[in-house]
Amino acid sequence: MQISWPILSVLTWLPILSGVLVMLVGERQVGVARWLALLSSLAALAISVPLWLSFDTASAALQFVERVAWIPGLHAEYYLGIDGIALPLIVLTTFSTVLVIIAGWTVIEKRPSQYFASFLIMEGLMVGVFSAADGLLFYVFWEAMLIPMFIIIGVWGGVRRVYATIKFFLYTFLGSVLMLVALVYMYLKTGSYELAAFYRLPLTMPEQTLIFLSFFAAFAVKVPMVPVHTWLPDAHVEAPTGGSVILAAIMLKMGGYGFLRFSLPITPDASRSLDWLVIGLSLIGVVYIGLVALVQQDMKKLIAYSSIAHMGFVTLGCFVGYEIVASTGSVQGATLGLSGAMVQMISHGLVSGALFLCVGVLYDRLHTRQISAYGGVINAMPIFGAFMVLFCMANAGLPGTSGFVGEFMVILAAFRANFWFAFVAATTLILGAAYTLWLVKRVVFGEVGNDGVASLKDVNGREFLVLGVLAVAVLAVGVYPKPLTDVLEPSLKHLVSLMMLSKT
Amino acid sequence: MYIAVVLAPLIASILAGLLGRVIGRVGAHSVTILGVAVSFVLSALIFKGQAFDGQPPFNGAVYTWLVSDGITMQIGFLIDHLTTLMMVVVTFVSLMVHIYTIGYMHDDPGYQRFFAYISLFTFAMLMLVMSNNFLQLFFGWEAVGLVSYLLIGFWYTRPTAIFANMKAFLVNRVGDFGFVLGIAGIVYLTGSLDYQTVFGMKQAMAQHSFALFEGQPFNAMTVICICLFIGAMGKSAQVPLHVWLPDSMEGPTPISALIHAATMVTAGIFMVARMSPLFELSDTARSFVLIIGATTALFMGFLGIVNNDIKRVVAYSTLSQLGYMTVALGVSAYGAGIFHLMTHAFFKALLFLAAGSVIMAMHHEQDMRQMGGLRKYLPITYATSLIGSLALIGFPGFSGFFSKDALIEAVGESHLNGAGYAYFCVLAGVFVTALYSFRMIFMTFHGPERMDQHTREHLHESPWVVTVPLILLAIPSVLIGWVTVGPLLFGGYFDGAIVVAPEHDVLKEMGANFEGPVQFILEAFRAPALYLAAAGVLSAYVLYLVKPEMPAKIRARVEPLYRVLDNKYGFDWFNEHVIAAGSRSLGKLFWTIGDETLIDGALVNGSARAVEWTSALVRHVQSGYLYHYAFAMIMGLAALLAYLLFHT
Repeated sequence: MQISWPILSVLTWLPILSGVLVMLVGERQVGVARWLALLSSLAALAISVPLWLSFDTASAALQFVERVAWIPGLHAEYYLGIDGIALPLIVLTTFSTVLVIIAGWTVIEKRPSQYFASFLIMEGLMVGVFSAADGLLFYVFWEAMLIPMFIIIGVWGGVRRVYATIKFFLYTFLGSVLMLVALVYMYLKTGSYELAAFYRLPLTMPEQTLIFLSFFAAFAVKVPMVPVHTWLPDAHVEAPTGGSVILAAIMLKMGGYGFLRFSLPITPDASRSLDWLVIGLSLIGVVYIGLVALVQQDMKKLIAYSSIAHMGFVTLGCFVGYEIVASTGSVQGATLGLSGAMVQMISHGLVSGALFLCVGVLYDRLHTRQISAYGGVINAMPIFGAFMVLFCMANAGLPGTSGFVGEFMVILAAFRANFWFAFVAATTLILGAAYTLWLVKRVVFGEVGNDGVASLKDVNGREFLVLGVLAVAVLAVGVYPKPLTDVLEPSLKHLVSLMMLSKT
Repeated sequence: MYIAVVLAPLIASILAGLLGRVIGRVGAHSVTILGVAVSFVLSALIFKGQAFDGQPPFNGAVYTWLVSDGITMQIGFLIDHLTTLMMVVVTFVSLMVHIYTIGYMHDDPGYQRFFAYISLFTFAMLMLVMSNNFLQLFFGWEAVGLVSYLLIGFWYTRPTAIFANMKAFLVNRVGDFGFVLGIAGIVYLTGSLDYQTVFGMKQAMAQHSFALFEGQPFNAMTVICICLFIGAMGKSAQVPLHVWLPDSMEGPTPISALIHAATMVTAGIFMVARMSPLFELSDTARSFVLIIGATTALFMGFLGIVNNDIKRVVAYSTLSQLGYMTVALGVSAYGAGIFHLMTHAFFKALLFLAAGSVIMAMHHEQDMRQMGGLRKYLPITYATSLIGSLALIGFPGFSGFFSKDALIEAVGESHLNGAGYAYFCVLAGVFVTALYSFRMIFMTFHGPERMDQHTREHLHESPWVVTVPLILLAIPSVLIGWVTVGPLLFGGYFDGAIVVAPEHDVLKEMGANFEGPVQFILEAFRAPALYLAAAGVLSAYVLYLVKPEMPAKIRARVEPLYRVLDNKYGFDWFNEHVIAAGSRSLGKLFWTIGDETLIDGALVNGSARAVEWTSALVRHVQSGYLYHYAFAMIMGLAALLAYLLFHT
């Protein structure tokens, strides 16, 4: 199926314009605003269906390309196009946004129209990030996307929302500024912002190292990696449920996406020589963060820390290829690692999103996220309990759920590089299960903890729909991940050829 | 047809689980029993086809799970003689347990849920044994673990149950940790997850070595096999990963029979037998297997002697018998291990279900000190328990006799490092087995009636849904050894499915002297095992019936030793106080010192304060805080762009 209309632009701007429209409808007609928001997010999801179906999975080239001059003085172009790496992330974005809007349907009481508008605008901007093929355009979307998130946390957040927002801002801004410097530097050398031109640009080792570190600052914060991760637990705790879902499901993926789109192909030699940094921090993350997650008393913090540990697999999978070449002399396994990293990102989007929604369901009822305030929830909410156990099992990487696929692939790849990489990474089997099941034991199982728990009502139809759709997605990816990996494979193979090619 | 075997219980489970309220209790048990019955009948037909009609093994893919980097991961079945045997055992025991459950869970509010779980378990276990690749093996492996988790914690309001199920899952995960590394090693060396491809490359694999430590190469096959076996240690509860199994008795009794005796816990044994082509290539790994198994066989048996909970005694007996099977694997007598697995599945499921019948009669009292003299109230339960116990201790002619005797003899024939120790353990274990088994029989069914008046008045035999499965399990517990000892051990039934290097083939050496079951029994009178078993029964008779005051005296004499046994060698203490508490303190330390003090306190908030200080002018506009930052960022961006625009 050929698509003759600018589908990526529509996917980017339709939600943004609808968001503006929803805001204009205002708080007087919340019902209209809500339905408008839902319909436009559904429209975006519907558009991603032909996007997926007409995507040529045999090709690594950019597809659905749109290219026009944008700022001629800067040689910046409005250049959109996606490969197999971007496609699943875009679909994840449109999918998550629909769920977030349904999940916030009646829960948000304060300025609901603006709430929905923020999510729609953010959706468009995030699609923009994933489809931009021009460095400056990418940067604009990248920075702009943060604004709705600041607003979501700052307006609809919890008690310490200001602290969390500042922290979030400081971290991400510091990283982004350095990235901009790197982009400008390369623009000055190539005379264009086209990413493909950056890929071709020969760079000396000192140049590459500086550029790599600039990108690293931006992406490591986003992922986030130890030790620049402490903004995430605070941001999650303070964010409203929908904010947490998008933060976990999509925003963290920006970091991984950045490594794949920028660091590896633009600075291959520096990536190779500094891979120990990324791999070391990833492995430290898996163990260190796993242990920290174990002792959390706030459900959201626990899931936030578990996110960081899971994202350690993403960064490990991204960079392990260099060590595979170093130890075996062949690139066999590098694609497996990258593919595992991507699957892990998608899966984490589904699973952590679902877990945050679960916490949201409880929070909406009892207005606390403390683990100690619950206990025996399954007595009052059997359906919810079943969902929660399922998502927790997926979080612990049970085969048959999406959580297993990426971890398994990355462990297989890591073993090729070094037995001990696989050894440390595989400790997540134990640690991940430990903090997740202990959470289940304390919250879901047991005698009814208190009167509050006894009074809980099971999920309503709307909540059931959201959790049910996610459950199906989690199981589908776990049982049959081939459609996903087929989309990824050619683009990742191409990426491997770029990341293994010396530029000095 | 093969797909139907696994799908029937899966579909039944989904129906009972999701539509439990709609189809009701009768609907739930009917649909799941039907599903498992279909599975059993088909398994039996497949078994007949291969074992008697000479149909060739089947090996084929169902669908491709994913393809990445040249590695094709598929879901598929390998149906050979080893598989069909397991399929029949699993589905038969499962069917018996399904029927039994109607009686046992009769008054439980979670009736439909229970049937959904045990059907789901049957599906997962079948996926495990029917797999033709490591991926699906691992899927089944973890899926049975999940259902076991759900079933141990079935009564989820009990604190002990939800502690036990978490413990079971986590300890199993320690095993799976090794298992995954083993699988990763195999994929590294062969680029495949498919059994056939991997086994085809075993010689090349054995040439490899992994430099785990600087300059110290380890044989690849040894590393891989030990990693895989660590997985088996978790699932099949071998020391020191056995700690979850006794606690798993918190679950309802039918699952103790199905999962924690007959099927799931034997998955590790099955897996090692399935991987026999690999294990044959590493003597070191098999020595490791042998020593772990022997230690489990003897030392877990001791614990059965000091426990007073009827289910836990049977659980320790299971641990010990799993140790026996593991020992068989260690000495390359895989056939004997699987043979014992099969006989054990019947008589141990029987013993558990009989214990459940006793527990029902006793109004959910499990302490044997409150029982006694039950044989006149529960005649069928008594008779079947006795049969199960006789099979367990290896009474000549009963199923357990053939399997255990063959196993012990195989250990005696082996020359592997550690075989001497193992031979001692398995022989001493025979005495211990007989002692704890008949201690249980005597304390429960004989002697004075120690229960209270109320319980005694209500004692009665269980309903037919309970006793019929007992009888149906008692039949193979007695007879199955007669018919199968020849073909399974010495008749080459497992040829092609299990590979044994000729120089390790102890069963073949024994087979040279085998002239049928009768002669096999007569031979046994010349070996020590039989007399040790008799001594064990006699000791139990003296200690618990003739002079019941003796055990207390003995205990007082060997107080320190008793303490050690009563504390189960301190494994639980160590896990709780050192490993679990240690991880928590470490986590707390990382969190408070690492995250909160170092990163947040010094770095982040330090810079935040600096920013706050410099932006003091902006700060008094409290509500505009956020927008200011966002605004400043956009303005900054615009300024930068403008600069570039004019600059170029």
